[in-house]
Amino acid sequence: MSALPTIRDEEWRYADFDALAQFAPDALDNWKEVRIGAGETQRHCMVVGGDAPELHRIRLDVAKGARAELFVVIAGSDYTRVEVEIALAEGAHFEFGGVTIGGGDAVREFVTRTAHGAAEATSNQVVRSVHWGQATGNFLGRIDVGREGQRTDAAQDFKGLLLEKGASANARPELEIYADDVKCAHGAAIGQMDENARFYMASRGLSPDVAKKLLIRAFIADALAALEGDAEQERLFDAALQVLEDGAAA
Amino acid sequence: MLKIENLHAEVSSDSGAKKILKGVTLEVGAGEIHAIMGPNGAGKSTLAYVLGGRPGYEVTEGSVTFMGEDLLAMDPHERAAAGFFLGFQYPVEIPGVSNVQFLREALNSQRKARGEEPLSGGDFLKLAKEKAALLKLDMEMLKRNVNVGFSGGEKKRNEMVQMGILDPKLAVLDETDSGLDIDALRTVGDGINAIMRKPEKGVLLITHYQRLLDYVQPDFVHVLVAGRVVKTGGADLALQLEEEGYEAVAA
Repeated sequence: MSALPTIRDEEWRYADFDALAQFAPDALDNWKEVRIGAGETQRHCMVVGGDAPELHRIRLDVAKGARAELFVVIAGSDYTRVEVEIALAEGAHFEFGGVTIGGGDAVREFVTRTAHGAAEATSNQVVRSVHWGQATGNFLGRIDVGREGQRTDAAQDFKGLLLEKGASANARPELEIYADDVKCAHGAAIGQMDENARFYMASRGLSPDVAKKLLIRAFIADALAALEGDAEQERLFDAALQVLEDGAAA
Repeated sequence: MLKIENLHAEVSSDSGAKKILKGVTLEVGAGEIHAIMGPNGAGKSTLAYVLGGRPGYEVTEGSVTFMGEDLLAMDPHERAAAGFFLGFQYPVEIPGVSNVQFLREALNSQRKARGEEPLSGGDFLKLAKEKAALLKLDMEMLKRNVNVGFSGGEKKRNEMVQMGILDPKLAVLDETDSGLDIDALRTVGDGINAIMRKPEKGVLLITHYQRLLDYVQPDFVHVLVAGRVVKTGGADLALQLEEEGYEAVAA
């Protein structure tokens, strides 16, 4: 088995090490491998997290001209880490939407490593984190563009919404580029609830709960926007917003 | 229907609390339209926000009753459900929430608070279309996110569309006329008359200019200076203010 990661491992620096210590020794070696054949499109939506630590490690091998779409809501109350390694062949695309939401003191994190090892592959990753209490939401996104990765177009976008003092969010984009004709964009912003919008909504008769739910739905919508028209979109929205109703967020 | 007595209020900011309202007394009866005019910094918008219950605006003395109830004891959304409407000077943009969704949720929240059945999607759209047409706002705008990318004039017309849909008993309109061109001003004025000029309703118009009052004739005009109503008169007082200025009239 691999040795347990430590805080010195860049990709684990915001992890919950007490929670990691609870995993079975071989849990860290447990990767789910998925290959998407040339020209194919595969979409997978999942809601993960529970009342015990969870680790989900996925490897996506995306063949020429294929498209991998992954949408994940981390909605549990304990440490949850979703780690995805993506290898993109020529003209392949990776679409990722992630939401972490919750209170308590849990760490919820997405870690992605996208390898643009061939020409004209594209990737788009959008992560939204909504936290309260002492909770933490992380997005560590690494993009490796190899020498052959000309005309790569890779985008990462992270936004955190912290509902209470004490909650935190970490965004760590990492780019390693060896090709000269590439587009890599990343953005990160962390903010609080828009009080003006809340008052405006209240002044029209919306109760604080309903206003908050509408605003948070709007906030996480970007991460699930690519699911427009898919019934799964509503399932993921519901799973995320249910956490809000269960938790006593301010 | 609205009775403001000796209202004192302060606004808190990072640099401490600042007293803005220093004893405002005012009564708006059913079927009446009142205008409040006054120079910058007189406390007009503060009065509007205090009535709406905006956080950070604290009443230190006095009372406000609305339809016999203590308005100040209610949360902002409860004031709305009771029939109080605040038209914003600067309507807020809400990305990711469509006007239609926002207003339907708002209307149904109000109806629920009043023990009424929610309006169906079809009935709501019919109502929204009718009010949008009244204010000459393209129905397409209502499908867009709340005020996002709207011009100043569109935002103000959208405020009035909202007022039409929510059908309040009393509207406090904070500089609804600012940012409007001449045609839009007439449209908004006509809209206010169509929606609010009724025997059982009341309006408090806050404005800098006399022009809106050409379209929405007030029954009473109050001059607010330094946190107090210093003069009250009829519609002709607005004309006199326009001609002579606040300093001469308020002196």
